[in-house]
Amino acid sequence: MISRFRQIAVFSLLALLSSVLHAAEADPIKIGEITSLTGKEAAYGQSAHKGTLLAIEELNAADGVLGRQLKLITEDNQTKAGESATAARKLISRDKVVALLGEVASSRSLEIAPIAQSSKIPMVSPASTNPKVTAVGTYIFRLCFIDPFQGPVMAKFAHEDLGLRRVAVLTSVSSAYSVGLSKFFKERFLSEGGEIAIEQKYSEGDKDFRSQLTAIKATGVGGIFIPGYYSEVALIAKQARELGITAVLFGGDGWDAPQLMQIGGAALEGCYYSTHYSPEDTSPAVQNFVKNYKARFNDETPDAIAALGYDSALVLADAIKRAGSTEPDAVRGALAATRNFMGVTGNTSIDADRNAAKPAVVLAIKYGRINFFKSVVP
Amino acid sequence: MEFAQQLLNALSLGAIYALIALGFTMVYGVLRFINFAHSDVFMIGAVVGSLLGNHLPMGTWWGGLACLLAAMAVCALLGVVIERVAYRPLRDAPRLNVLITSIGVSLLIEYLFQNEHVFGAAPRPFPPVFPSVLWQWQGLSISSNQLIVIGVALVLVVALELIVYRTRIGTAMRAISLNPRAAQLVGINPDVVVAFTFALGSALAGAGGVLYALNYQSVEPLMGVMPGLKAFVAAVLGGIGSIPGAALGGLLIGGIETFIGGSQFSTYKDAIAFALLILILLFRPTGLLGRRIPEKV
Amino acid sequence: MTPRRFGPPWPHLLLGGALLAAFLLTRWVTDPYANDVLTTIGINVILAVSLNLVNGYTGQFSLGHAGFMSVGAYLSAAITLLLGPSILGEDGGTPWAQNALFFGGLLVGGLSAAAAGLLVGIPSLRLRGDYLAIVTLGFGEIIRVIFQNIEPLGGALGLNGIPNYTTVGWTFAIAALTVFVVGCLINSTYGRGFIATHDDEIAAEAMGLNTTRYKVVAFVVGAFFAGLAGGLYGHFKMSITAASFDFTRSIEIVVMVILGGMGNTLGVILAAILLTLLPEVLCPIAEFRMILYALLLIVLMLLRPQGLFNFRRSHR
Repeated sequence: MISRFRQIAVFSLLALLSSVLHAAEADPIKIGEITSLTGKEAAYGQSAHKGTLLAIEELNAADGVLGRQLKLITEDNQTKAGESATAARKLISRDKVVALLGEVASSRSLEIAPIAQSSKIPMVSPASTNPKVTAVGTYIFRLCFIDPFQGPVMAKFAHEDLGLRRVAVLTSVSSAYSVGLSKFFKERFLSEGGEIAIEQKYSEGDKDFRSQLTAIKATGVGGIFIPGYYSEVALIAKQARELGITAVLFGGDGWDAPQLMQIGGAALEGCYYSTHYSPEDTSPAVQNFVKNYKARFNDETPDAIAALGYDSALVLADAIKRAGSTEPDAVRGALAATRNFMGVTGNTSIDADRNAAKPAVVLAIKYGRINFFKSVVP
Repeated sequence: MEFAQQLLNALSLGAIYALIALGFTMVYGVLRFINFAHSDVFMIGAVVGSLLGNHLPMGTWWGGLACLLAAMAVCALLGVVIERVAYRPLRDAPRLNVLITSIGVSLLIEYLFQNEHVFGAAPRPFPPVFPSVLWQWQGLSISSNQLIVIGVALVLVVALELIVYRTRIGTAMRAISLNPRAAQLVGINPDVVVAFTFALGSALAGAGGVLYALNYQSVEPLMGVMPGLKAFVAAVLGGIGSIPGAALGGLLIGGIETFIGGSQFSTYKDAIAFALLILILLFRPTGLLGRRIPEKV
Repeated sequence: MTPRRFGPPWPHLLLGGALLAAFLLTRWVTDPYANDVLTTIGINVILAVSLNLVNGYTGQFSLGHAGFMSVGAYLSAAITLLLGPSILGEDGGTPWAQNALFFGGLLVGGLSAAAAGLLVGIPSLRLRGDYLAIVTLGFGEIIRVIFQNIEPLGGALGLNGIPNYTTVGWTFAIAALTVFVVGCLINSTYGRGFIATHDDEIAAEAMGLNTTRYKVVAFVVGAFFAGLAGGLYGHFKMSITAASFDFTRSIEIVVMVILGGMGNTLGVILAAILLTLLPEVLCPIAEFRMILYALLLIVLMLLRPQGLFNFRRSHR
């Protein structure tokens, strides 16, 4: 307790000192962040926010950008529909931010995008994979692969690595992410010569998946593709095992959250999912990031969303640096010109559609932990 | 075999709906108002069960039953407190005011629990407090959890029926429901009866919460909202104020929902319960087993 | 027995003044933040005043106002998205043409919401008040599920790329119109039927009033204005999803009505403004907003059921 108090005292003194020192400098560059710090999908928001925060702190420690400090203004949308649009308007018109970072879920990014586009403020989504997000307009960017890439990766993986010929699909109809990923998976799996035995649907927030799973079980498939978010996936896995379903479950980056294993536990043994990066990656950039992240956030291992959150702040800062000003139009131009930026989630180049072509990583859940399985380059 | 499996799913879901519906029906029978907070008492039952379950040895019968009984006791107490604080001062107020108050109580519980410092909105796993066995028989999977849910619900419904029809307090409950003023004239204290009704209904909801969490393996602050509304529809379908009606309605709604959930219309299942409610109210407002209560001037 | 006066004096003059003020506001308010806050206030005033007609004056209890709002939002956006390109042409058309299209969209949205109100009202308004609460709540859920599952209406993605037609002027003009219509309706002989239904349904029936018809009319008019508010909301947010019109949204409107005082238009307007500004002014409160609303409901019902701004003697 004493040491804690001392820490706080030292920290606030430092903060005071730094603010006195910086008062002479130009005012800080304001960057808005919209994320789900609370609510049903808080795990994503927390991860993305921690990654972004770490990047901003590191940048500020290294004298900021253009000789100015960066100020991150975070708005929590509580995982509620409709709140992200309100937050975006607030950040743009009240706080006068130069750019927006967010959201993780595609449905919520689609709320922010039209407002950023019409206000001509660049927006960088760290992890929304639905293609429609950047299609909103020229000010909307993303740092991750898109579902037309991720879906086929998992379709090929199911066909070749798992040797599956008949699968079932369990889609959430109320999330843009799930509907899109499901569609691209099915198209590719069929063209590989596979068969979709049955497609069942659920809605976000459902608890009872037994009836859908019973219908799936009756088809006797060897695998079930679940393009959903961790909060439902963990329950689906548990209920599937209770119904005696032994099929392998596999899905996309929506699975990637520490809570997946906390809730799903042993039911997820032998399952696979694709995501953006693996903390086991031996490259020095990744290991360095993992080390700093653990030191900053009491020994948590950063997941893919945290890594993308980290990269999104770095890419934005890099663009501001190259633009030489915080003028939104100049920043937008510099973002569009991002080529071969080496982040922790790999080599980032923004293409003509304002997407990043990134490799996907397939992770396997074995012996109660998550292991690197393979990497797929676009 | 798929049909048999879905039937089992339907029974275990319907049993839980029946338990919640009984509470709605009893409170309505005695006080003539819909207790909106009932579905949150159900949620608190699950939360109490999960918090206690984490400190008990896993997978034992006595641990599981201790969990169940503790949740029932806490919920019974909570039901009495809610009635005492929020509803009793409004005993003579317009019924609409009581309804609004109950919505207020419901929201208060939900948002308090959603606050990160209390419980948080993210779902948490429910510990496997009961012994868990899986029997495979000709492609039919019978999990012990589902059997426990059905068994416990059956025992509780029978116990409730005995309380209402075989005890003095049960007779007093029926008397208040039939004619409150005449009941008071023969020396029945309505405050005691109403408190008892709330305790009984809330205990059943608490048991339902534990069973639901056991069956679907997750606990979160808004988990009671949908089951609560569907259980209300079940109570109306069976005939509000009727105990066997509530049990029957619960089983019917559970069945309809499960069989729709297994078809391609699975995502419409939440809407169908409400569509059914509108149909019942159009064609048979008294439900299947309800009696028409004339409006007194 | 002098008849009770509900509305302000000279309603037509007030309406004209309000419309003029709305027109001038559009010219004056250039700061985007003030613009956003004022638009939100206007939309909430429309919602609260129209719900007050049902919950306050007529004494029914609807929990599905957000459902009617979503009908209006979806259908008006569908009109401007589908017909917009063909009517306005490639260059986006003149502001006049845009506003005419927007007005058409709003009208379609309002009328569709009114039709939905009729559909819900007829079966449930014959019944006791608390059933109505559950049925309207259920209706909101049904609407949400339908919009979520129908692909042409956006499905899971909702509708995106809605043009940003909503201005402060539009919002205030419609808010003024709502207050005017509700005020005139209540002060008309027909509107006395609403009050009678609220005060004593059985006595009103005995006097030969068809109370069910009055309830349905109040319900449909309320739904119409909720639909207009939804249209304004959709063209303000530029993207709508079915999930953003959930039960919580309905509750927010109900809280405004109860805080202002059921059957007190001026109080309800004040409450709508207060509850919109509160989270803006007090940022830390945002986290506890719904807890505060819940406490407000309970405390008001226990201590001041006539609402905060009702200084007239309660007529119960």
